[in-house]
Amino acid sequence: MVPEELNSPGYDIPPEARGQVAITTLDRIYNWGRSASVWPMMFGLACCAIEMICAAASRYDIARFGMEIMRPSPRQSDLMIVAGTVTKKMIPLIVRLYNQMPEPKYVLAMGACASGGGPFKEGYNVVSGVDKFIPVDVYVPGCPPTPQALLNGLMKIQEKIRGESLKTSRWYQKGPDSVEMPIPLLGPDLIDTRKIALIKPAAKKGQEA
Amino acid sequence: MSEEMFGKGILKSLSVSLKRFVETYLDDLKWLGRRYRTAEGITHRGSKDGRGIFTVQYPEEKIPVPEEFRFVPFLVYDEGPDGEKIMRCTSCGICSRVCPPQCIWITRTTDPVTGRPIPDPAEFYIDADICMNCGLCAEYCPFDAIKMDHDYELASFGRNVFDKARLSKPASYYEEIRPVNAARENAARAAKEAARAAPKEG
Amino acid sequence: MATPAPVSAPAFDLSARFPGIASPDTRPGYSGWVIPKENLPEVAAALRDELGFDYLSHVTGVDYLPEGKMEVVYQFYKTTGGPGLSLKVQVPRQDPIEVPSIVSIYPGAEFQEREVWDLFGIRFTGHPDLRRILMWEGFEGHPLRKDWKEAYYEEDIKPFKSRWPEGKHVPAEDKTPFGDNVTYPDGFDAEKWIPEDPEKALYGALARYQVQDETGLGTEHVIVNIGPQHPSTHGVFRVAAILDGETIVSLKPVMGYLHRNHEKIGERNTYLMNMPFTDRLDYLSSMSNNFGYALTVEKLMNIKPPERAEYIRVMMAEMTRISNHLMAIGALTNDLGAYFTPMLYSLEERELILDIFEAVAGSRMMCNYFRFGGVVRDLPEGIPEKIKGLFFERLPRRIDELERFLSENEIVRSRGIGQGVLTAEDAIRYSASGPLLRASGIPYDVRRAEPYSIYDRFDFEVCVRPNGDIYDRLMIRFDEIRQSIRIVQQAVRGLPEGPVMAVKPAYTVRVPPGEAYGRVEGPKGELGFYIISNGKPSPWRYHVRAPSFINLTSFGPMCIGQKVADLVAVLGSIDIVLGEVDR
Repeated sequence: MVPEELNSPGYDIPPEARGQVAITTLDRIYNWGRSASVWPMMFGLACCAIEMICAAASRYDIARFGMEIMRPSPRQSDLMIVAGTVTKKMIPLIVRLYNQMPEPKYVLAMGACASGGGPFKEGYNVVSGVDKFIPVDVYVPGCPPTPQALLNGLMKIQEKIRGESLKTSRWYQKGPDSVEMPIPLLGPDLIDTRKIALIKPAAKKGQEA
Repeated sequence: MSEEMFGKGILKSLSVSLKRFVETYLDDLKWLGRRYRTAEGITHRGSKDGRGIFTVQYPEEKIPVPEEFRFVPFLVYDEGPDGEKIMRCTSCGICSRVCPPQCIWITRTTDPVTGRPIPDPAEFYIDADICMNCGLCAEYCPFDAIKMDHDYELASFGRNVFDKARLSKPASYYEEIRPVNAARENAARAAKEAARAAPKEG
Repeated sequence: MATPAPVSAPAFDLSARFPGIASPDTRPGYSGWVIPKENLPEVAAALRDELGFDYLSHVTGVDYLPEGKMEVVYQFYKTTGGPGLSLKVQVPRQDPIEVPSIVSIYPGAEFQEREVWDLFGIRFTGHPDLRRILMWEGFEGHPLRKDWKEAYYEEDIKPFKSRWPEGKHVPAEDKTPFGDNVTYPDGFDAEKWIPEDPEKALYGALARYQVQDETGLGTEHVIVNIGPQHPSTHGVFRVAAILDGETIVSLKPVMGYLHRNHEKIGERNTYLMNMPFTDRLDYLSSMSNNFGYALTVEKLMNIKPPERAEYIRVMMAEMTRISNHLMAIGALTNDLGAYFTPMLYSLEERELILDIFEAVAGSRMMCNYFRFGGVVRDLPEGIPEKIKGLFFERLPRRIDELERFLSENEIVRSRGIGQGVLTAEDAIRYSASGPLLRASGIPYDVRRAEPYSIYDRFDFEVCVRPNGDIYDRLMIRFDEIRQSIRIVQQAVRGLPEGPVMAVKPAYTVRVPPGEAYGRVEGPKGELGFYIISNGKPSPWRYHVRAPSFINLTSFGPMCIGQKVADLVAVLGSIDIVLGEVDR
């Protein structure tokens, strides 16, 4: 059965051919295939990961979305569900995992912690949202989001995929294959390598203040 | 390994799986089409008598949330006679004081002439990316003005900081999602007002 | 086999055994014994060998900044049951702060002393492997010291003044000079900074701990890292091991990847604010965490919840134990190679329990249901009937089915029986608790050893299994589920009518000055809260005795000599939750 939206590219199909012929655009069929087989990375950080496991279990059954194949390896996954509190000790590894994922890749920030720091934001070892270091496509608020809220977020990812086009997709253009995000370092505190030049003057200013 | 491995235990395990597989179809037959996409079907699958398939097919089917379910808070307003919004919030600040992660920001309105506070917040922010959905704000609000929402379908393409306009929802919505609580609170408020009015008459 | 409930013995007199050394802690609201630091090893050895306090429950530090003192607190118990004994060592607050280590007497102190070093900067002389444990090597400062301020520091105590009445939403990062949650030492120059090899200390420790090869064959050893991103580490947990072929000869767990600063935040929160934070400790059993915390604060406040609330509390705590063990069984069999199927079956029953939590408390996982002096609200209409239906008609049958599914399975048996053995003596030495301890043949359960709430009224057995291997640790969880079902059945039958709060609900509670250590038998083991109040709205010290953190101390010794494939099974059988390990 072909979904209706897939088979409506704006061309009229003669009545006698209906049901036998499908006309679609390449973009549509490409995005349809991709959106129905998003493989998330088997990667949980904290409390939200438990709700992610529940979403994969029988009651919510993520397999209905073609997403049940959770890959432990970033090389085989399309979607990173950042499920839980991102700590400073963990963020270099998350960025490295992100860099290891092949394009096209998507990031879903599940729960308050991954979206913006969450209840533990004020803590000394907590990163204020994973989007400080890797680009995030969909944010799912909640602490923790229920499995249904996560499925809602995954449908948003599908929505985003359906809106993309082969012509403009970065990963089919000339240039570098994928965008490597710089991996932060663990020094006296977390060091964002993009900000190294800024740290010294600010550290001095902090001294004066 | 001293134990003998004939695979009997594994066969036993498989029989449990097979039983579940068959049960699904037996139950389907018993329910004859009323099992899926009906409220009673969903409730039955999640009850003690549920057998076989357990899946609730979101988004076509949704598990009903109980009355006490809490997600991100919202502000309740009463609708005036000509449809204006009368915020119940008096910006007393108790919610922002009890909030464990301190995710509520309130600006109190002051009367430009007298400089005294007016019971209606000028601004009200909840940072949903900090909020832990604990419900303490709603629990300790003395005016029944902030309540926990049932709407969990909030996924978005950006961060979620909710302002006053986004947070405000009518009292009718509140009564719809939490009928028991709303009825109890309305009765308590009416009793309080009656008590306040009574001495004046007497 | 049930141990009888012990009568509460009079406080043990330590000064009789150590005259002139041990002096009672006379601060108002405090108890226990203060000893000079030089005598600590001697006293600890006597406690274990002569006086029967063979179980070291927890070690933690306290920073008394105004008095210029640091204190290390030790809590001991007897595995035969009864009240505990606490020892305190006070040292002046000038670096270097040093206290002798007791790891050689109580190996269970190893990780806890490392944690105190990491967070307080108290050096334990004679500790075999004193490295940071939650933060990384090279991190600046010791965060739990009272004069250490983080980047987003606003005020000492919540609520913050910037929220109301002139609250403007400003993200915390916009207020710091670096625009992020970071702070660097004065004049820190990131351009000239040369990163050290972060793993050097770890690998050095691994090599030092290596067991010697008896064959004398010169095989090459390899270092293998598992995690933090690994499907079988149950979260962001890392294991570094040295392998000889496939055999583990040295192993160190690496944690802190989910260190969320629970204790630092908890010392800024008011007492009530900590309640929802405790949900997120062991996020699989939030009701138990609530229980432990509420009991401890109630101990300080000296109030008791009403009858109905006690029954509801016990029911909720036991339901939590069942839901936690279901998850543990699913995860362990997952590690044993069953992939997802047993997990699907156990999660199905867990969902039904979560439905009850959602109806009662409002959330599936983060219940936030207990208050000081009771519970938030009464059970909604229809819930007792629902619990009855589930616990009398469905769960017993389903647990039997799940056990039939797993217990005779050849793969489970061959991978479980005789593997990853923890002997009874070792379990006590390493301060193991909960199912891990009881599967090694020690019938120690806080619900019986020092009954709290109304557990002394229920008829249940302390489950115990003799062998201490992976299989026993799997099966003991089935046993405990059955006992919990019994308790819930009794509680729901006997549920009295009445109020659920002993006091008027209030968001500020007055807690008199003093200290309290409250503990409950959580699903993972002895879950304790150590709270020091100085009469202010926030606790001065808030420490969590996290069972899965301390249970991990025995993980290394259990794995040495095993094959690397059994490592994940051993870890699964301990049943850790990283929110609690790292806090």
